[in-house]
Amino acid sequence: MRVEGKGLIDRSQRLSFQFDGNTYRGFGGDTLASALLANDVRHVARSFKYHRARGILTAGSEEPNALVTVGRGPDTDPNVRATVQEIYDGLEARPQNAWPSLGFDLLSVNDLAAPFLGAGFYYKTFMWPRAFWERLYEPFIRRAAGLGALGAEADGDHYEKAYAFCDLLVVGAGPAGLMAALTAARAGARVILADEDFVMGGRLNAETLEIGGAPGHAWAAEAVAELAAMDTVRLMTRTTVTGAYDGGTFGALERVAHHRTRPEGGVKETFWRIVARRSVLAAGALERHIAFRNNDRPGVMMAGAVRAYLNRWGVAPGKAITVFANNDDAHRTARDMVEAGVHVAAVVDSRADAVAQGDYRVIAGSQVTGAEGRRGLEAISVDGPAGSEKIATDCLAVSGGWNPTVHVTCHMNGRPTWSDDIASFVPTPGAIPGMIAAGACNGAFSTAACLAAGASAARESLEALGLRAEDSIVPTAEDAPYAIAPLWAVPGKGRAWLDFQNDVTVKDVKQAAAENYASVEHMKRYTTQGMATDQGKNSNVAALAVLADATGRGIPETGTTTFRPPFGPVALAALGAGAQGTGFAPERKTTSHAASMDMKAPMIAAGLWYRPSYFPRDGETSWRQSCDREVGYVREAVGVCDVSTLGKIDIQGPDAGKLLDFVYTNMFSTLKEGRVRYGLMLREDGFVMDDGTTARLGPAHFVMTTTTAAAGQVMRHLEFVSQALHPEWDVRIMSVTEQWAQFAVAGPQARALLNGMLDQPIDNESWPFMACGAISIGGVTGRLFRISFSGEHAYEVAVPARFGASLFAALVEAADTMGGGAYGMEALNVLRIEKGFITHSEIDGRVTAADIGMARMLSAKKDFIGKTMAARPGLVEQGRAQLVGLKPVGPVRQLTGGAKIYTDGEEPVRAHDQGYVTSVGFSPSFGHFLGLGFVRDGQARHGEVLQMVDHLRDIRTRVEICDPVFLDPEGGRARG
Amino acid sequence: MVDLVAETPLRGMTETTIGTVTLAEVDLGTLTSIAPYTGKTIGDVFKDAHGMAWPGPGRATGKTGARAIWFGREMVMLAGPEPDAALNAYGAMTLQSDAWACVTLSGAEVEAVLARLVPLDLSAEAFKRGHTARTLIQHMTGSVTRIGADTFLLMVFRSMAGTLRHDLERAMESVAARL
Repeated sequence: MRVEGKGLIDRSQRLSFQFDGNTYRGFGGDTLASALLANDVRHVARSFKYHRARGILTAGSEEPNALVTVGRGPDTDPNVRATVQEIYDGLEARPQNAWPSLGFDLLSVNDLAAPFLGAGFYYKTFMWPRAFWERLYEPFIRRAAGLGALGAEADGDHYEKAYAFCDLLVVGAGPAGLMAALTAARAGARVILADEDFVMGGRLNAETLEIGGAPGHAWAAEAVAELAAMDTVRLMTRTTVTGAYDGGTFGALERVAHHRTRPEGGVKETFWRIVARRSVLAAGALERHIAFRNNDRPGVMMAGAVRAYLNRWGVAPGKAITVFANNDDAHRTARDMVEAGVHVAAVVDSRADAVAQGDYRVIAGSQVTGAEGRRGLEAISVDGPAGSEKIATDCLAVSGGWNPTVHVTCHMNGRPTWSDDIASFVPTPGAIPGMIAAGACNGAFSTAACLAAGASAARESLEALGLRAEDSIVPTAEDAPYAIAPLWAVPGKGRAWLDFQNDVTVKDVKQAAAENYASVEHMKRYTTQGMATDQGKNSNVAALAVLADATGRGIPETGTTTFRPPFGPVALAALGAGAQGTGFAPERKTTSHAASMDMKAPMIAAGLWYRPSYFPRDGETSWRQSCDREVGYVREAVGVCDVSTLGKIDIQGPDAGKLLDFVYTNMFSTLKEGRVRYGLMLREDGFVMDDGTTARLGPAHFVMTTTTAAAGQVMRHLEFVSQALHPEWDVRIMSVTEQWAQFAVAGPQARALLNGMLDQPIDNESWPFMACGAISIGGVTGRLFRISFSGEHAYEVAVPARFGASLFAALVEAADTMGGGAYGMEALNVLRIEKGFITHSEIDGRVTAADIGMARMLSAKKDFIGKTMAARPGLVEQGRAQLVGLKPVGPVRQLTGGAKIYTDGEEPVRAHDQGYVTSVGFSPSFGHFLGLGFVRDGQARHGEVLQMVDHLRDIRTRVEICDPVFLDPEGGRARG
Repeated sequence: MVDLVAETPLRGMTETTIGTVTLAEVDLGTLTSIAPYTGKTIGDVFKDAHGMAWPGPGRATGKTGARAIWFGREMVMLAGPEPDAALNAYGAMTLQSDAWACVTLSGAEVEAVLARLVPLDLSAEAFKRGHTARTLIQHMTGSVTRIGADTFLLMVFRSMAGTLRHDLERAMESVAARL
């Protein structure tokens, strides 16, 4: 219920939201948790394993219980912490892991079966029968145990990643963080102050403490206003710093639009990478629970959270509050409640010397031994020197002390250090280079100590940055000592809960120890303590204290499990932002792309490029018809194909020829100007890397062509050779792939077509096979290469890319009038298979020059990359698979790529393996399928019949081994 | 005879403003990459020929209409004028006018937009007018140059023009939605 006159909420802003199908009201500044408590909703969730009723435990991001699902359909967000979710008009939240409903959950029978479901239960219970695990046990457990479910539809929201840079990153905007940010910003440093909350101030907004005579929250607001007015400061609210990485890099998740309906074009979350020269961790501390019987009942809450609901949100989580504590700090809860007029039934303090700090009853030297009330707390049992008693209460505020939030300091493999003073772990200095932990996260629990630590950490950071801190005065504030006597678990029967999110009890931890899972890392995995979305923020220290006790070791010797990023849950959608759908990679489009789309060509991806597969015509019902027609263009008339995607590399300089001789197996320095030569490139290990043509445009000017797929690899290779192997060579390389739009014009009518367009006609004398040079077309200077990938009389004509679209249209139009037209990748593939030309289907990185019948291209007159390694015995021995042509000879005529080749008449098993098929196509020129493949010693086996077996498609075809060049082996067509 | 019509990488897109930021395709004129040969001191000849300093790593010189942009190891992109023939003896010159999609991005929130795509500190303190970088623009390798108080010149491969526009507009929308 609301308490009049309390809280920092905006009571003028009335909001309406839904939870579990009911409509509730709240105010601006409310979280879902504070608004539900204000509406007296205490039971909000069912637990992970036993489906026990659970309520709101905390007031922060560490919340283990109150997880809800927000939104519907593609906007579904599961596992949202009610303590973090701000309310807004139209917010719709649902409980999760409850079936059929929150109030009546059938799977709460699991709670009755608890004796069988303890630590390691499934390792023991579901071993037999073996087949039952996958079919029965696992599906059942998955239904029963779990958090929220993702929506079945793809996430409809936008996410993004972003970068930020600063001199000093301050993590956390409580008193220490604000003081650090103020000190650094006043000295002129570029500061980023990040805080998880939507209002900065940390505990100052949750307490009634004063700073410099003003309310703490007012001082915080003033500090934030001062920082906000500075250009050098970036304030990041709703931003969780999730991890610390090398080089001063931090990950941070900003929840941009979880607190409102999404604006058009906006993102839901931004994942930041913040690079900071120095950092101050001021992440505060998390209050820890005390384990006792049924300490998980809705209404049992953390003492600091109960205060926060009162002081920040004006909500009393109960009508008769009790407190159970082992430290002075928790008495503030009683004091604040009494001052606000809320009834405090009793404060149970485990310390014998505890005294009341206000007008409330203290039961010193006592412990709460149990909680009652199934769906909401009704009473507690107390055991003390004066005997046992039962106290009626609907809200028990528990404090077992505070654990510094050390997580981020451990992200680079550091371990925290145990401090007896506060009975908890503190960061180990220097665990993250350049980071200083300050305030409560470093074990300083008074406001005055936090302010001083923040200022001091900033000054030390400024010095390291070479900046001078102004003499700022740290304001006066409360400086109460932190009086605590450790208490982890109250002895007694029944289940006392440690990890609420994973339903782990004291007994489970003890059982793990008894079964020799005594290492903390083993205990964690055996019991599941510390897993899931809260990663044990509420339970880790207590659980290992119980483990230490059970194993007879001290807590420091027991040690902690490993803290890994992220500190809080991060949606994969945020980590993968920018890569949804086609955003996965850039799309490279040729200048003819739009025209190809207009011609309804289906696109296929070639690396990042999109290339037309074929150009369908009216009346064609399959791609094969289109492909056959396009092959016919090239064989009978003339075809046009965009080949701009092939890599083009400009190579210039006095030593250009030397570089080419070194990277190609064959000689290029002897190539005449105005001529093109085919070349083969090996990797250092002697296997074939790529092939292509290189043209000599001038005395010291070459243009190399690579395959589309290997363009980047070849460029990198040339960079490596020229920078690392022969830096003394005077040669410069530059990619010109994008500068030129290049089109193959192939077929008997190719020259006729070109002569209709070139400003100066060409003939066989001026442009023989493998000639190249500058041409003028439509007044534009271009380049013409007489090369052929189809075996026909063919050219490639290149113009500056701005004219590409226009030239493609003109070429296709001209080809049309000559009985030809555009052809796509399918036809290109058939054309080159008919000629036995290789692609990366053949040179897949495992073949040698000899394997593809190009041993003669390995020059004996010079050294080249890969020469030595290509002579290794394994690469030249008999029995290697060699490139062959394949044609069907039996009743089955189909060939398929990827099929295996076996000895004819034998079982198609490994022992009879003879090779494999790399490329196939239906050849309209021959009227049947043709294939290329690799067969053991294949070059000597032409004429032999083997069987092709495609195990996946269940196809068996008898094939004859033949020369890979099916068409025009003499090459007369290309030269004609 | 054929009549060839020129088309820009973004096919003549009109200026787009989203929020405070404007995206415009620009024609930089002739682009020539210049890679000096070993042992050649190109600086003086370049300055005499084109009236601007030969830029060091990470720097760009000149002004609108004629710029020299550092473009990677031992390479400068001359943007605007036809390269002076005198430079031929000093370095490898490669025509690049059609190889790059070039846009300017300008406006009050331009740094916020680029912070979503470029992994560098592009704030005015760290990346001043005349600073340039070869870096990532989302998934693309590109060139980023600050040419004004709130104006950047961005260049990526011509074939990626559509992706560049899409990525920039997404980031512009995201920033605008926060205003």
